Amino acid sequence: MASQHHDDGHDPNLAHHFESPDQQRQASKLGMWLFLATEILFFGGLFVAYTVYRGNHPEVFIFGAHFLDTALGALNTVVLIFSSFTIAWAVRAAQLKQIKLLKWLIVATMLCAFVFLGVKYVEYSAKWKHGLLWAGSYNPHVDHDESFEVVEHETEIDAPGGEVEIEETDEVQHVAEGEIVEPVATEIVTEPIPAPADPDRSTIAPAARGPEGLAGPAPATDQDAIPVEPANAMVFFSIYFLMTGLHGIHVLGGIGAMLWLLKCLRRGDFDGGHFTKVDMVALYWHVVDIIWIYLFLLLYLID
Amino acid sequence: MAVDSTTADGAAVGLTQQGNYLTTGRGVLSWLFTLDHKRIGVMYLVAITSSFFLGGVFALLVRTELLTPGATIMTADTYNKMFTLHGAVMIFLFIIPGIPAALGNFVLPLMLGAKDVALPRLNLTSFWFWMIGAVFAVVSIIIGAVDTGWTFYTPYSTTTGTAVISMTLGVFILGFSSIFTGLNFIVTIHKMRPEGMTWFKMPLLLWGLYSTAIIQVLATPILGITLLLLVAERALGVGIFDPTLGGDPVLFQHFFWFYSHPAVYIMILPAMGIISELVSVFSGKHIFGYRFIAWSSIAIAMFSFLVWGHHMFTSGQSGITNMIFSALTFSVAIPSAVKVFNWLATMYKGSIRLATPMLYVLSFLFLFAIGGLTGLFLGALSTDIHLHDTYFVVAHFHYVMFGGTVIAFLGGIHYWWPKMFGRMYSERWGQVSALLVFVGFNLTFFTQFVMGSHGMPRRYYNYIEEFTALHQASTVGSYILALGFFIMAGYLIHSLFRGRPAPDNPWGSATLEWETTSPPPAGNFDCEFIAGDPYDLESLRYDPAIQGWVRKDPQSIILSQGGAH
Amino acid sequence: MSEHTENGVHIVSMRLLVGVMIALMFGTWLTVSVTHFDFGGFNIWIGLAIATTKAILVGLYFMHLRWDKPFNAFVFISAFAFLFLFIGFALMDTGHYQDILIPGWPLG
Repeated sequence: MASQHHDDGHDPNLAHHFESPDQQRQASKLGMWLFLATEILFFGGLFVAYTVYRGNHPEVFIFGAHFLDTALGALNTVVLIFSSFTIAWAVRAAQLKQIKLLKWLIVATMLCAFVFLGVKYVEYSAKWKHGLLWAGSYNPHVDHDESFEVVEHETEIDAPGGEVEIEETDEVQHVAEGEIVEPVATEIVTEPIPAPADPDRSTIAPAARGPEGLAGPAPATDQDAIPVEPANAMVFFSIYFLMTGLHGIHVLGGIGAMLWLLKCLRRGDFDGGHFTKVDMVALYWHVVDIIWIYLFLLLYLID
Repeated sequence: MAVDSTTADGAAVGLTQQGNYLTTGRGVLSWLFTLDHKRIGVMYLVAITSSFFLGGVFALLVRTELLTPGATIMTADTYNKMFTLHGAVMIFLFIIPGIPAALGNFVLPLMLGAKDVALPRLNLTSFWFWMIGAVFAVVSIIIGAVDTGWTFYTPYSTTTGTAVISMTLGVFILGFSSIFTGLNFIVTIHKMRPEGMTWFKMPLLLWGLYSTAIIQVLATPILGITLLLLVAERALGVGIFDPTLGGDPVLFQHFFWFYSHPAVYIMILPAMGIISELVSVFSGKHIFGYRFIAWSSIAIAMFSFLVWGHHMFTSGQSGITNMIFSALTFSVAIPSAVKVFNWLATMYKGSIRLATPMLYVLSFLFLFAIGGLTGLFLGALSTDIHLHDTYFVVAHFHYVMFGGTVIAFLGGIHYWWPKMFGRMYSERWGQVSALLVFVGFNLTFFTQFVMGSHGMPRRYYNYIEEFTALHQASTVGSYILALGFFIMAGYLIHSLFRGRPAPDNPWGSATLEWETTSPPPAGNFDCEFIAGDPYDLESLRYDPAIQGWVRKDPQSIILSQGGAH
Repeated sequence: MSEHTENGVHIVSMRLLVGVMIALMFGTWLTVSVTHFDFGGFNIWIGLAIATTKAILVGLYFMHLRWDKPFNAFVFISAFAFLFLFIGFALMDTGHYQDILIPGWPLG
């Protein structure tokens, strides 16, 4: 009564411990959904931090969101939605053994992922340039390199009685009513910034507008003023970088997974219509998309 | 059915005459890259047992230091590291993976009549993650260790100079090991039950492992993000928990305990599963209240997510939150009590055999009852104010984690040892060791209830004179415990070389793992089963010739002979 | 018209895929446009409703839950359920002690 491991004609794609391809596929699928549940909870921890902070300090979030470019965020959303479409189509292509189409759809999804990361790079580098980083490195300032149009020579932010200019940046300019108006190319602000009373305090003066160089021109009336920079404004950026950073790492992971799929494709794994691997990567990618949908809403669209 | 499988070279090698999973494939690489759940289980067993001994060494150092007030053998800073490492190693390297990884991996597929878990490669990955996490933890210990307590509370953990980042990264990686094991068990139980094994025909160990797996999958990611936030806080100054940056240290505690409370049920639920199996077999009786025990496992898993705030009654948490958590904490005791009553009812009018596994069952019932009841004192707000952060808490959780989980784990080891290694151990020495562990445990920890209720704070290096006698008694108890374990290691290892070869079914259990040889062949079974009642002990009879049990009607559970494909 | 593979697995139709994508794009446009109007406290809930609708569309159609075993959806939804439990308690608790915090401490 020797153990038999291979009957004639059994499917080489079927692992020895499964009784049928359907059982194997269902097992893989359930396994992936369980993993995705863990991803939701993992990101969810950051959403908890976000919710608690925003619930208790809404002014921090209203202030911080001014420095996010809604247009770029929306672009990224569109890119990810389209990439979800292409990877979902890729599953269909794999099921129908359309190998060439499958390949191009995987490539298209990867390209979208790269575009997403490119846009994030643009956003991150703008923040880096202006010191709008997480709490420990928060140091908002005007950047003096020649990519900006300099209208007049400017002085330090915290020097009293100086003239400072504001240059256009890649940053947002928020469209909500009663707040910053659309920026113009250059503007000069002539209002002096008072020196902070306590040298140990943050050097960012609580002016009637945001840090110099980042906001639009001074509004006409007080009612149109951007909110005063609140204490702990940096927490917004901590949360922003944590959430989008972790999301970005997952996008990178997705790119890696898609490279793996291309390798399998070249090896002929999908020729016989076995689509489970594509299905698994697609499920992961859709969760990356879903998480971004919420990030876009909660970080960029605060008004 | 017993299977006669042969090794590649056909020779009789290893521990038994026939080839089996231990002998099929030689060399370290055949183990490190195995996909066989049984080998993975054995590797985990070695790994976590080693961790238990490491954590035990830290414990003995702590207890030795506490022989006298003030300095005894170490400085205060070193003492902080000792109790931190004792906790971190025991919890993350030993007890969380513990029963599911070491026993569950081995037994679960066999109990299902299956050839392996659903996702064998994920299983191996899970083990590798454990190894990598362990390396990080050991590195952390070497480069300066951690002195924050295993709970890593902020703001101390974000400001201390000790090796917090490497330890928390190690725990982060270990978390993935736990998640993947849980994920694998859920999929396996859902998709690979044999013909006839409906949910309510599963052995109760599987209900225990399933409930545990739910918690592993849902709670551990929160630990992951908590630790990541802690690392970010230290490395980047992110500011979520730091008040000077606008953060909230109590929020850390919410994050931490949202995982760590359900985690203690990861520890106890598999243990309860083991007790359900053992109590039935060694009482010679069908388990009493199967459905109650099964549903209570799920209930405990669900409730475990609702009580984390009871660790934070004195943290500055709001009053209304305190009240809600206290009320919920009382309710979580109920399903556990349901189980205890069902086990006792199983024993009632049973034919009790005091074999070593059963000694551990009896120890469990006594010690877990004390542990559980003392939890209620801590769950009540008024008494908790006095007892929080005293030795009362330390004693409580050692009674449930050690007196509960570890005792049940030992019972499981002694029960499945013949199946895993094909050898019987010395029953006499098993009893000696069980007695030493029981006595040593109670001496170590009961004294701590007394100390705690008199106000002795936990994690304190120094103490006032009036506690000296109790501390010394506790330390003596810990040495007796150590002796018990030392003897246990001795006779178990001895049995691997000199033990009587084990029959297929030495104890008389009706679950499917006993339907194959001891130890099993690599492929587990060569037939497919139609499962019956896993507690139908009447279907077995004792055969003195083999000193084991056999089915009265072997064909009754065979669906078809021959491998699946 | 419902396509299936040889093993009987359901295949999503192109029409459905494109349709869902268009719906998602529309949802994105909608959620940005809505920020031009102020509904006060409802703003966040409207945004969440749109986002959740998009997530449900992705889940049901792109991720195939519409045709899968219900348990898979149950697993996914449970994760959200436990998350909301955590958020709810954390928010309730931290909210309760905000008014006893010393204003501006420790930044002064």
